[in-house]
Amino acid sequence: MSKVLMKGNEAIAESAIRHGCLHYFGYPITPQTEIAEYMAKRMPQVGGLCLQAESEISAINMVLGAASTGERVMTSSSSPGISLKGEGISYIVGSDLPCLIVNVQRGSPGLGSIQPSQQDYYQATKALGHGDSQVIVLAPSSVQELADHTGLAFDLGDRYRTPVMLLADGALGQMMEPVELAPEGEFKPIDKPWATTGHKNQRKHNIVNSLYIQPDELERTVIERYQRYAEIEKNEVRYEEYLTDDADVILVAYGITSRICRTAVGLARKKGIKAGLFRPITLWPYPKKELAAAAEKASRLLVVELNMGQMVDDVKVAINCSKPVGFFGRTGGMMPTPEDVLKAIEKDGGAV
Amino acid sequence: MLPKLRWRPSHRILIVAGHYGSGKTNVSVNLALLLRSEGRKVTLIDFDTVNPYFRAADNVAELNDAGVKTIIPDYANTNLDLPTVPPQIYSVFDGGEDETVIFDVGGDDAGAAALGMFSALISASGYDMLYVLSMYRPLTAKPEDAAGCMYDIEASSRLRFTHLVNNSNIGPETDKNSLPDSVGWMSEIMKITSLPLAFSASLARYDISWDGIGDVLIMKDETVRPWEIRPVISKSLI
Repeated sequence: MSKVLMKGNEAIAESAIRHGCLHYFGYPITPQTEIAEYMAKRMPQVGGLCLQAESEISAINMVLGAASTGERVMTSSSSPGISLKGEGISYIVGSDLPCLIVNVQRGSPGLGSIQPSQQDYYQATKALGHGDSQVIVLAPSSVQELADHTGLAFDLGDRYRTPVMLLADGALGQMMEPVELAPEGEFKPIDKPWATTGHKNQRKHNIVNSLYIQPDELERTVIERYQRYAEIEKNEVRYEEYLTDDADVILVAYGITSRICRTAVGLARKKGIKAGLFRPITLWPYPKKELAAAAEKASRLLVVELNMGQMVDDVKVAINCSKPVGFFGRTGGMMPTPEDVLKAIEKDGGAV
Repeated sequence: MLPKLRWRPSHRILIVAGHYGSGKTNVSVNLALLLRSEGRKVTLIDFDTVNPYFRAADNVAELNDAGVKTIIPDYANTNLDLPTVPPQIYSVFDGGEDETVIFDVGGDDAGAAALGMFSALISASGYDMLYVLSMYRPLTAKPEDAAGCMYDIEASSRLRFTHLVNNSNIGPETDKNSLPDSVGWMSEIMKITSLPLAFSASLARYDISWDGIGDVLIMKDETVRPWEIRPVISKSLI
């Protein structure tokens, strides 16, 4: 398969189809509407369904229903729309259903702006839905990774029976890059004995549900789920390191910001500052041990995000506050340049 | 040796349309600058009502500096990015024959829909309409799909394309053969649609083998991606 030139949003949609997702439920919002638009064109060609729901809330509940049958299913939105989906996502977690939720983040809070941001880090990693719940969060940094992580998200979701969030931003969603897609027609579904596909008098009823009136029963389901979370934390941590081996200052950044930081590391090295980059790819599970190991020889860390410092605490916990952790960020839809990050590297002496 | 571009519009109204991400804005902006450099009056209309990113409105300062008049939606690139059509558009139908008016239209049939409201005025005035396309965009990679997208745009704009523009490129990974490899594909589309190729288009920084490509619009592209270093341009060199 040769490369094609695609917008990030298109690459997510096409990759989802090629990984066996034939059910898309969405509601338009900039900067991710191309996902729905692409699905509307392509799904009829592949015998799938693209449905524009009457709201984000109905879209996520359609995902809940479709996921109950064991089919691969997804929805997508941008920051305010994701907030609306919160209740449904918690229901899906409580029902142990796999699905893909894409957040192409925009400036916030409120209706905010339509420009790229990373202001939904807390929401995605700590409390996407109410209750003792967690979802896997992937943070791609290129159009190629948007395509690859879409496939990965479906596989992880099926393996652990959990929703997975692809956390992108307006820049990644809107920009065009060469991308190599998975081949068409090679997806093989795995067996899902829990799916509510009709018992045909051959087996017991499968029940998908998140309501447990008896608290002891509910506690048992939560504890069982947390055992699965522990497995995910053990097996599914993903990260990337760039020039951290001899680094004096380690930048910690994910998504589009990690690419800006990569350039900034090069600029710093030209000036004789030994900079490196640690890039979490899974924001949950967070690469704690790996970051702690990378930070051992460094004298300080600098977190760079498109928000007011939402990842800083995760970094401090990962390294057990053993080194000063600085922060540099832009917010509201603003993007720093590599030179801005270089200035922050040069200036930053202390911790936040 | 760099190829030439002999094609010129034969009517005062020039419409540039095509699939999302095919390079319509790049072609519009660079044609506007080229025609202006030859002494014509040029007005460029940002007629993208569907996509608030990467639009002609981003190039206003550069175009105005070069003497190209621009008409952009009132709300483009503000917090209120509404799908509006600027009312000044009506004025372009009253201009003289010494002016070229370029409509930079939004992607696909959705982007061209708003053009339909001007179709009677445009038809009465006479027009050229360019269909910009790239072999590396997956939804127009098959010649029959490229033709299908074109017919959809014609139906929604109530106008007919007059020429094709081959802007086949694969972004930063464009190499010598990216454009030459698309020649056969373009011939197929010419056959299906019975339209002539006006020219091919390529960014100046792409290293292309020009043999057999024919006429080419060489385009500058000043898009700086967030992680790239902004080139320092000394004012004294301009």
